[in-house]
Amino acid sequence: MTNPAPEAAVPAAAMHITASKVGKIYPAHDGEVVALREVSFGIRAGEFLSMLGPSGCGKSTFLLLVAGLEAPTSGEIAIDGQRVTEPVTDVGIVFQEHGLYDWRTILGNIMLQGEIRRLPLGPLEVRARELLRRTGLEEFAAKYPHELSGGMRQRAAICRALVHDPSLLLFDEPFGALDALTRVQMQIDLEKLWLQRRQTVLFITHSIAEAVALSDRVAIMSPRPGQIDEVLTIDLPRPRDKAVVASKRFAEYCDAITERFMARGIIQY
Amino acid sequence: MKSQLWKSALSPVIGISLLFAVWEIGVRVTNVSVFLLPPPSRIFQEIWTHGPMLMRHASSTLGIILAGFALSAIIGIPLALAVAFSPLFRRTVYPMLVFSQLVPKIALAPLFVIWLGFGFLPKVLIAFLLSFFAVVLQSVVGFTSIRPEQVRVARSMGAKGATLFFKVRLPQALPNIFAGLKLAMASSAIGAIVGEFIASQRGLGYLVLVANGEMNTPLSFAGMLLLTLMGIVLYFAVEGVERLTTGWHVSQRLNPAL
Ligand SMILES: Nc1ncnc2c1ncn2[C@@H]1O[C@H](COP(=O)(O)OP(=O)(O)OP(=O)(O)O)[C@@H](O)[C@H]1O
Ligand SMILES: [Mg+2]
Repeated sequence: MTNPAPEAAVPAAAMHITASKVGKIYPAHDGEVVALREVSFGIRAGEFLSMLGPSGCGKSTFLLLVAGLEAPTSGEIAIDGQRVTEPVTDVGIVFQEHGLYDWRTILGNIMLQGEIRRLPLGPLEVRARELLRRTGLEEFAAKYPHELSGGMRQRAAICRALVHDPSLLLFDEPFGALDALTRVQMQIDLEKLWLQRRQTVLFITHSIAEAVALSDRVAIMSPRPGQIDEVLTIDLPRPRDKAVVASKRFAEYCDAITERFMARGIIQY
Repeated sequence: MKSQLWKSALSPVIGISLLFAVWEIGVRVTNVSVFLLPPPSRIFQEIWTHGPMLMRHASSTLGIILAGFALSAIIGIPLALAVAFSPLFRRTVYPMLVFSQLVPKIALAPLFVIWLGFGFLPKVLIAFLLSFFAVVLQSVVGFTSIRPEQVRVARSMGAKGATLFFKVRLPQALPNIFAGLKLAMASSAIGAIVGEFIASQRGLGYLVLVANGEMNTPLSFAGMLLLTLMGIVLYFAVEGVERLTTGWHVSQRLNPAL
C-alpha cells in the first residue's frame, strides 16, 4: 500500500493521458503558490479514474492542465502521445456548478457544443433530446437553468459534456453541491451512461465512497503542494449496484483510503 | 407571460389615471388659478389646440435624445470593452473617464454653445456626456462578471476570438449593458432639455422656457407632459429590445422574490 504508483510499469502507449513531472506554480500577490509538484502518472484509455485529495491540493489545477486551459509551469501533459499546448476539444467538461449558460435554455446549452464545433445540428438535437430523456430532463429542454434545481442543472451539464461524444470526460466535483440523496442517484446515472460508451474519465471528488463507487482506479493526492500519493485499483464488479456498494469489499476499500488519509493527518479522530 | 405583461402595463396606467383624477378634482375644488397649476383637462386641451406646433418641437427634441443615446451606445460599449480587456487602457484612460464624471457637465453646456454654436451638435454632445458613462460603467461590470467556468467550457468546445465573444461574453454581459442603456436613455433626455434651455429656438425645452417666460403655465405643462410621455416611450422601447434579446433574464427578474 505504501509503494508509489505501480502503473509506471504500464507502457506509455496504453495511456490515454500521461503527465510527466508536471508542476504548476501560480503567481500570487504575496509570492507564489505551488499547486502541483512533479506529478507523474497516466490515465488509461476507457478507464474511470478518480482523484481524491484534501482541499487545495491541486486537483482542479490538474484538471485544467489536462484540458489545456492552463499551461504547466514545468513538465508536460500528453494526450494520445501529443503534448497539450492549447485547449483540448475532444473533451466534455463538467464543473462543480455554474457551468451552464444562464441565457440559453437547457437544450440551447447542449446545442452550443454543435454550434461552436459546427456539427450538423439536426442529428445533434436528436442525440441531445435522447440524453435529456435518459437523465429525466426531457420536459425541461425549453427551460432556463435558473428554473431548474441544482441536481437537474448538473444533469444538464453532463448531457452537454456527452452530446458530441468525446473520448475524454473531465469532471471537477460535479456533484459537490448536491444533497446526499440526489448525489447517489447521480452516481448511478453517471455509471450507466459511462458503461455504454466507456470514455476515459478523470473525476475529481471529495467523497471517498463516491470515488470507490465509480472508479476503476483512485488517485490519492497528498496535501499542497500536490503530488500523487498512491493509485489504488478498485477491483469491484460493475455495475456498482446496491449489492456491490453494500459489500464487505466496498467497505474495505473505503477503509483503506480513510486510513491513508489518517496516516497523512488529513483525517483525525 | 402575456397576462403578466398586461398586468404590469395596466397597474401604472391605473395609477397615473388616479393621479390625474385627484389633480383635476383638487384644482377645481380649491379654485387654484390656472397660472399656478392648470388642471389636467386644461393641459390636454392645450396639447389638442397646439398639436402641430408641439409635435414640431417634440420631434426636434426626440432627434437630440436619440442621437445622444446612440452616441452613448456606440462609443460607450467599445470603451467598456477596452476597459474590461486591456489592463493598459484600464490604468490610463479609465481614470480620466471617471474624473470626467466629476466635472459638472451641465455647467459645461454654455461652453459648448461658444465652441459649437446654436445648432444640433452641442445639444447632442450634452446629451451624450450626461449619458455615456452609465453605459460604460454597467457594461464593464457585465463584461468582467463572467465566471471562469463559463469561458473554460466554451474554450474546450474550441471557441476563441469572435466566437467566444458573441456566443459567451456578449450574451453574458447583455443584462448589464441594457441596465446601462436604460439609464442612458433617461439621462440623454435630460441632456437634450438642458441643451435646449441654454441655446435653442426649437424643441420642447425651448418651448417650456418660453411658455414660462410668458406666464403661459398650461403650455409649459403641456410641454413637460409631452417630454415625460416621450421619456416613458423611449425607456420602454429599450426595455422592449431587452425583452427580445435577454428574455431569460427578464423572466428571472419577474420572480417576486427578487
Ligand atoms: N488562478 C489561481 N491563482 C492563484 N492561485 C491559485 C489559482 N487557482 C488555484 N490556486 C491555488 O492553487 C492551489 C490548488 O488549487 P486547486 O483549485 O487546484 O485545488 P483543489 O485541489 O481543486 O481544491 P478543492 O478541493 O478545494 O477544489 C490552491 O492553494 C489555490 O489557492
Ligand atoms: Mg477544486
